[in-house]
Amino acid sequence: MTHHVLETPVTEAQTRALKVNDTVTLEKTLFGIRDGTLIAMFDRDRRTTFDLNGHALLHTAPNVRKVPVSNESPTGYAPLCIGTTTSQRMERFTRPVMEREGARIIIGKGGMGDQTLAAFRDLGGAYLAVVGGAAALETTWIEAIEAVDMDDLHPESLWRFRIKNFGPLLVTMDSHGGSLYDRVQGEAKARRAKILAGLGASE
Amino acid sequence: MQLDPKEVEELAKTLYIRALKLLPPDIKRGFERLQERETDATGRAILDTMVQNIAVAERTRNLLCQDTGIPIYNVTIGRNVEFDGVAVKEAIRRGCERATKEHPLRSSVVHPVTRKNEQTSCGIGVPLIHVDFDGREQTVEIEMIPKGSGSENGSFLQMLIPADGVKAVKRFVIDKVIECGGRVCPPTIVGVGIGGTSDLCMHLAKLAATRPLGSTCSDPEGAKIEAELSEAVNELGIGPQGLGGRSTSFRVHVEVAATHITMNPVAVNIQCHSARRANAVITPGGIDFR
Repeated sequence: MTHHVLETPVTEAQTRALKVNDTVTLEKTLFGIRDGTLIAMFDRDRRTTFDLNGHALLHTAPNVRKVPVSNESPTGYAPLCIGTTTSQRMERFTRPVMEREGARIIIGKGGMGDQTLAAFRDLGGAYLAVVGGAAALETTWIEAIEAVDMDDLHPESLWRFRIKNFGPLLVTMDSHGGSLYDRVQGEAKARRAKILAGLGASE
Repeated sequence: MQLDPKEVEELAKTLYIRALKLLPPDIKRGFERLQERETDATGRAILDTMVQNIAVAERTRNLLCQDTGIPIYNVTIGRNVEFDGVAVKEAIRRGCERATKEHPLRSSVVHPVTRKNEQTSCGIGVPLIHVDFDGREQTVEIEMIPKGSGSENGSFLQMLIPADGVKAVKRFVIDKVIECGGRVCPPTIVGVGIGGTSDLCMHLAKLAATRPLGSTCSDPEGAKIEAELSEAVNELGIGPQGLGGRSTSFRVHVEVAATHITMNPVAVNIQCHSARRANAVITPGGIDFR
């Protein structure tokens, strides 16, 4: 259980060093992405102008306020509330976003499945869990919205955030086949028969 | 009492924003109870972060969660209230739209086929507006629920048959809680509908999921099942965020309705730990936020 402070972008070696139950604090840059963005990028072959190589992707769509363009708000958007959405819906996009765009870290909630675990193993990636629903707190880790691409998909645009002390995040899936979600699911399934018996509801 | 649509519009706007920022007291107490009983180190740390988030949201006057949800308004009209129903529904829709534009809030609502977002939190059939009546004199209650999608995706209906019995109903609930794991943002309120038609059963599950903690099913058989299932789901070890621990759910809530001799329907609708709702009561004396 090691704590890592990682400044993005990261290398393959840095992500392969992450193990389930380690903790991570991220610094510098983070990209916000979700369903609509990934569907546009991979089902409709839209290309982003951002370089995602070695970067961390946060499953999110923010609440923002329109403000005059300034040094602090170069996009004309100020962050209001930025949190994390359920990752599982984005399962089929993990491998393509790693292969085509070079992304290395996924930050989300609720975990992902076998395809993602295999992509992490093959390409060197990791999943870092945020506490879902704790968005007011998460917002305090974000300094500014630096840039936005594909904003016609708003709020499912591709967002570039400047971050500070983003975390601690828990490594819950790693490149060594480890998944805390799988472990907890396996344990729950093992307890099922006894629990059903207690309810008088055995099969 | 005459219900003024202008007042309803303002209230619909205010309630949406209040619901997103202030967690109801019963849910806060629910967190305290879970914290007392949680033994898993990760589970405890996650519960502490959730409680910290509630305080940060209050201090910074920010939204608790970035998901502004699907807006639902439950309107309950008492006795001796005069109102123009169409005007009231239009007023609620305008209030919802104004909250989104004026706060501003993320519009999380899209057309189901084109996926176009009108940036208003409104669309065909949205906000959901349910109107019901009760016996309170010159009283109108409006409840606003921004239903988060992570937990709403944890919705299931099974048209079981009488031969399956109540055993299959209980099995269905346990299996769906296992299947959902961390995706529905535990600790949750598991809403269970038993009986009715398919649509009523699903609606019962939603009523159960959004009922205050501390309330019990008015039907004794339903109350018995919710007590049993509340213990059982927390033996699964799924825990906060699906990362292990006792605190899988605050509580399982059950709502029941009579059903057909050939039917045995069960529905599950889950509410996440950010179990947001805001209520206001309008009387001739003014507006009282609950």
